[in-house]
Amino acid sequence: MRSPDLLRHAWAVASKDLLVELRSRTAILSVATFVVLVLMVFNFGRDPTAVSNVDLAPSILWVTFTFAAILALNRAFQIELENQALDGLLLAPIDRGSIYLGKLIANLIFVATIEVIGLPLIALFFNVRVLLAPLVLVIALATVGFVAVGTLFSAMTVRTRFAELLLPVLLLPFMILPLRWAALATGLLLAGRPLSEVHGWLNMLAVYDVVFVVLAILLFPATVNE
Amino acid sequence: MKLLRVGHVINLIALLLLAGIYLRALAYTPVEASQGLAQKIFYLHVPAAIWAETAMIFVGLASVFYLFTKDPRLDRFAASSAEVGTIFCAIVLTTGPIWGKPIWGTWWSWDARLTFTLFLFLLYVGYLLLRNAVPDPGARARFAAVLGICGMCEVPFIHLSVYMFPTLHPMPIVLQPGRPKLPGSMLTTWLLSLGVFTLFYVGFVLQRYGISDLREQTEANG
Amino acid sequence: MLRAEGLSHRYGAIRALDDVSFSVQPGQTLAVFGPNGAGKTTLLKVLAGLIQSQRGSAVVEGGRRAIGWIGHQPQLYAQLTVRENLRFWASLYDVHPPSDLIARLGLEAHVDRPVRALSRGLVQRVAIARALVHDPTVLLLDEPFTGLDRVAAEALSRLIGQHAAAGRASVLVTHNVEEGTGLATDVAFMRAGRFVHFAPRAGRGAAQVAEEYRNAIA
Repeated sequence: MRSPDLLRHAWAVASKDLLVELRSRTAILSVATFVVLVLMVFNFGRDPTAVSNVDLAPSILWVTFTFAAILALNRAFQIELENQALDGLLLAPIDRGSIYLGKLIANLIFVATIEVIGLPLIALFFNVRVLLAPLVLVIALATVGFVAVGTLFSAMTVRTRFAELLLPVLLLPFMILPLRWAALATGLLLAGRPLSEVHGWLNMLAVYDVVFVVLAILLFPATVNE
Repeated sequence: MKLLRVGHVINLIALLLLAGIYLRALAYTPVEASQGLAQKIFYLHVPAAIWAETAMIFVGLASVFYLFTKDPRLDRFAASSAEVGTIFCAIVLTTGPIWGKPIWGTWWSWDARLTFTLFLFLLYVGYLLLRNAVPDPGARARFAAVLGICGMCEVPFIHLSVYMFPTLHPMPIVLQPGRPKLPGSMLTTWLLSLGVFTLFYVGFVLQRYGISDLREQTEANG
Repeated sequence: MLRAEGLSHRYGAIRALDDVSFSVQPGQTLAVFGPNGAGKTTLLKVLAGLIQSQRGSAVVEGGRRAIGWIGHQPQLYAQLTVRENLRFWASLYDVHPPSDLIARLGLEAHVDRPVRALSRGLVQRVAIARALVHDPTVLLLDEPFTGLDRVAAEALSRLIGQHAAAGRASVLVTHNVEEGTGLATDVAFMRAGRFVHFAPRAGRGAAQVAEEYRNAIA
């Protein structure tokens, strides 16, 4: 496995995915709408006198991003299924890892777009200062973790009957820990605590990310090879 | 057939031993000072919890070996271990509240250990659901192996998290660095119970494995 | 160019491949005829490296880089244009699409149209172009004439002929004996995972081969 080839092919797969997505136009719009709707539900569903915004914001943030991400994750392999192109990818003289990495990169860009849309909206609707650099780092680390596992699982669930239901059921147990750490860190940061109190959670997130990205790259071939 | 019968026998023995242990636990082992009679559930709850987690490790190991060797027996063992692990999780999740209610005053709390046993349970359920959703046996075994390995790798993170969160849960007194803090007769009862649960694990897995083996054979012949 | 030895593969109780051995030399086009379920697609997938055969080995000179696959799946992204599709697939082989490929298949006018806007016949031709974009030396064809319109079918036959004339190898599987015979230099019949006949065509016509096939498979 030569690194430059691996990355180059991964980028070819990723850019192809993004181009297809751009031409489809539906996915990003539906998810953006979904984000706004969820935030509205949160707004009308809460009692502003009972819990302060700063206390509630981490939960709102993470629930919104989690569910939007799961909607997005299904599409990665759906594209190959619709166009019956997966065999073509497997026939090509590229490392299987390139396919996974390409899908991962495309998914990350997609979910990042959702977060870029969602964060300012959360800041606006709930009047919390979320546009902080350390917070962005926390969000990025947690996102990498669950998108890495989600991309791997979606390769398996895409051909099953209740794919949209099965993927969240399989994925959520793996999201709980990074979400817990991220939510704790988010809460601390929103309350204005310094970065030093948060770096333990950041370390945990980083370790989790490394373990599961490596694991996913190693396990991905088993999901497509016969 | 043979495996099934051996499994039955082992389970029967284990059941008898369990009854014996409870007799010992209730009649001969001292009542714990602060928790009272409810603490007796500890002999059931903790060994079940240990095996619930260990079963997941076995699922993961069997999955790793399956991916290298493609031997269907390893896949069948992984599936059996997962089913037994699910049952043990269910035992922990039901005995936990029964133990906790008299002491904590509430049936459920989002205490770290209970929460994570719940997640272990969800990991198992996800594994079984995935197996159910894939009709092709080759793909099913491969996908289950992938999920099983991910589940096994999740367990250390779950374990670590338990030590990081403040909890109502009693801190580990047996599996902790240093000597176990239990007085003699309690420790013996606990060890006996652990032995019984080990027998249960082996017995149930053998039974489950035997059944799926039989099913494979009838399908091949029929 | 291509060699298979002792290929055996089972799906549960079904034997898809049962000790299959053969080789294909440059310039040869092997047509494998067999009923559905005989194992033809499995054989091609093993040759292509998509399936790892449980026993035996299959070696194609040049590996996956040298293989071109034409089957019923177009393997094209509907939302992308013809040019974008060809460029993407070529990039996976680290090449650029050959400049004459589009002309050879009469696609000049449609190069910048998205594939979903094309008629079925055109899509079929783009699919053929996709398979040839990296100039493969071994062609594997899985029921390639299924559902092709006349223009596409003729283009495909012409291409297979050119491929063989250029000293390259093809393996074509189909259950339609009439269509495959004309292109073949060698003929094989497959039943229940085994080759029950394997010989050069030696001037036999489609009718004759069809007759022998019916006798062998019945």
